[in-house]
Amino acid sequence: MRNAIDLAFQKGRVEKKPLLISYTVCGDPNKKKSLEILKSISEYVNIVEWGFAHNCPTADGPDIQNSSYRAIKNGVNLKDTFKLVKDYKKYKNSKPLILMGYYQMIFHYGEKRFVKKCKEVGVDGLIVVDLPWPNNKDIAKLCKKNSICFIQLVAPTTTKKRMKMIIKDSHQILYQISMISTTGKKLKVSSKEIIKNNKIIKRINPKKNVVVGFGINKKNISSLKKCDGLVVGSAICKEISTSLKNRQNPVKKLNKMVKELKRKMS
Amino acid sequence: MKIRKGIPLIDQHDKNGFYGGKFGGNFIAETAIKPIQDLSKLFEKLRKDKKFLKLKDYYFKNYLKGETPLFKLENLTDHLGGAQIWCKDVSAIHGDAHKAYHATVNALICKAAGKKYIVGDTGAGMFGKNLAMAARELKLKCKIFMGTKDIKRQAPNVKFMREAGAEIIPVSSGSATLVDAVSECMRYYVSNCDTTHLAVGSAIGANVFLKICAYSTAQISRELKKQLLEEFGEIPKMKLVNVIGGGSSAAGFWSEFIHYPKKHIELIGVEAKYCAPLTTNAKLAILHGAAQYCLTDKNGQIKETHSISAGLDYPGVSPLHCFLKDTGRARYCSASDEQALAAFKLVTQLEPSVKPSLEPSHCLHEVIRLAPKLNEDEIIIYNNCGHAYKDRKIIQEKIGYYPT
Ligand SMILES: Cc1ncc(COP(=O)(O)O)c(C=O)c1O
Repeated sequence: MRNAIDLAFQKGRVEKKPLLISYTVCGDPNKKKSLEILKSISEYVNIVEWGFAHNCPTADGPDIQNSSYRAIKNGVNLKDTFKLVKDYKKYKNSKPLILMGYYQMIFHYGEKRFVKKCKEVGVDGLIVVDLPWPNNKDIAKLCKKNSICFIQLVAPTTTKKRMKMIIKDSHQILYQISMISTTGKKLKVSSKEIIKNNKIIKRINPKKNVVVGFGINKKNISSLKKCDGLVVGSAICKEISTSLKNRQNPVKKLNKMVKELKRKMS
Repeated sequence: MKIRKGIPLIDQHDKNGFYGGKFGGNFIAETAIKPIQDLSKLFEKLRKDKKFLKLKDYYFKNYLKGETPLFKLENLTDHLGGAQIWCKDVSAIHGDAHKAYHATVNALICKAAGKKYIVGDTGAGMFGKNLAMAARELKLKCKIFMGTKDIKRQAPNVKFMREAGAEIIPVSSGSATLVDAVSECMRYYVSNCDTTHLAVGSAIGANVFLKICAYSTAQISRELKKQLLEEFGEIPKMKLVNVIGGGSSAAGFWSEFIHYPKKHIELIGVEAKYCAPLTTNAKLAILHGAAQYCLTDKNGQIKETHSISAGLDYPGVSPLHCFLKDTGRARYCSASDEQALAAFKLVTQLEPSVKPSLEPSHCLHEVIRLAPKLNEDEIIIYNNCGHAYKDRKIIQEKIGYYPT
C-alpha cells in the first residue's frame, strides 16, 4: 500500500527532517473557519489530523474537549466532516489527511459505510482512540483494502509482547503516546525517556514511521527532533480558544503559531 | 441470544468481554489496556482466594453491619388488596445504599493491588459517600468526581464525603451530571492508571469494572435467597422489582435467580422515564468503554437526560441488563418523576418504617401498579436500595413535607 502519507515520510527521510503533524477539530470554531485554519496551516505542516467531534471524549484533556464541544455546538456532524474533507482535498496545497475520533461515531455511522466514505472524499489515514488492538483488526483490514492507513497506538504502558503484535498488524505509521495521560497535559516525562521508548519501537521494526504525540508544544518540540514525526494537538486547540477569547482571528494566530513550531523543528 | 446454564451472570461474556456477543467489551484507550488487564487478572484471582473472601466477608459483616432485613409491607399490601409486597431493605446497610458493597470491595481490591489512591464517580452521591468511607476505613486517598448539578441537589452526601476526607472534583462539562462525572473520572484514570485504582460507580464501563460491581452487589441476592428459605421453606414464585440507573442494584438483586424459569421468578426493572434506554428501544452505542443500549441523537452523540433522581440521570445502562433484556429473562418499564414521588408519598404514609430514596421510589410505582392485579398468594419483592435522607430537600419541595 502506497499513499500520500508514505510519500510524506519518504520525503522526510531524504531531507532528514521530522514531519510536523497538526491536530485540530473539524468544525472548530465553526465549519468555515476550521477549513480555513486547515488550509492556512498547510503552509507549514506535513500531515494534518482532523478530529471528528464526540461529546463523551474519555481520553481528551480540556483543550481538545473544548474544541470538540464548540464543533458540536456549531452543529457539525460526520456528513459535514466528509464534505469539508473533500473541500480541503481540492485545495492545491493540501496535505495528507488523517481523521481521528472515537468509535461511537463510526459505529453509529456504520463501519463499512464510514471507511467507504473516507476513501471517497480522500482521507489518507484513520485513528480510533478507543478501539485498541486487537479489536481494530476488522476496521484496519477494511482500511487497507481502501488504501487508507490505519494507525495503531502504542503507550508507555504497552508491554513489549503486545507491542510486537501491534506492530506486526500495523500499517506504515505507529502513533507513540508520549506519557501516561490524556491529551493536553503537561509533558510529565523527559524527552530522553520518550526517545528511549521510541527506539524500542523502532528496533522492533525500523521500517515503520513512528510519530510521537501528547504534550508536545513549542517549548519541548526541538528536543524531539530525532523522531519521524511529531503531533501537536492540544497546544493548537488551546490557541484557538485563546484567540476566540481575545477576539482575534484564529486563522492568522494559528498560522503564526504553526510556523513557529516548524522553525523550532529545523 | 441465550443465558448459558450454570454460569453466573457476570461470567456470561466471551473472551472479548461481550455479553450475548454484542454488549460490553473494552472500548478503551491503549494507555489503560495494561492496567485494566492487570486488574482483571487480580480480580479473577481474588474471587477464588479464600483469604480475600474471608476478608470481604469480615468487612461485610463488621464494617457494613451484616445482613439487611426482609419484611412484608403489611399496610401497603392491605391497602392495595392484591399480591403480598415484601421489602428487601438494603438501605439498612451501613452506608445507606447497595453502593456500600462495591465501594468496599473496590477499596479491598485497591489495597490488594498495592495502590494507595482510589477514584470514583458518583451521581446521587451514594457511591461517592460509600467509597469515601471505605477509603477512610482502609487508609486510602480518595477522589470523587461529581457533576456540579448533582453537588447541589445531593448536598447531604457531599457533606458526608468531605467529612470522610475525600476530595471532591466538581465536573461542569456537558450536562454536569453523572455521565460527565464518569467521563471525567475515566480521564483521570487514563492519566494516573499506574498509581490509581478506578472504582466505577455502577455495573458499567469496561468489562472488569462492571464485573467487580455486580460481583459485589450480588451479596443482596445471596442474602435474599437465604431469607426466603427461612421465611417460606422454599424459593416461592415471585416477582423481583428493582430500579435501573446504571443497573448495579438490580444486577445484585437478581444474580442468584437468573437461572430460575421466568414463570417461577419474574425480573422487572424500572427506569426513569427520560433516561430509559431499555424501555424506549434505544440504539446500541459505545459509552464509557462498553457497547450498550443508550440514548443518542441522530448524529450519534450521547443525549442529555433528565430525572429528578440524580442516580438515574444517565443515558446508558449496564451491558448486563441489555443482555437480560434481549434474552427475554427480564422485562423493563419506566416511571416518571411524578409517579415516583406519588409512590414515595403513598408508601411512606402507610409504612413509616421505610424511607425509599427517589431511586427505589421509581420501582415502587410499578409495584403499586402491579399488586392490585394479582392474587393474595402472589409475592412481589422490591429492592429498597437507598435511603431518602439525601433527597429531603427535593421531596419537601415537591410534596410539601418530608415524612418523619
Ligand atoms: C439508592 C440508589 N438506587 C439506585 C441507583 C441507581 O444505580 P444502579 O442502577 O446502578 O443501582 C442509585 C445511584 O446512585 C442509588 O443511589
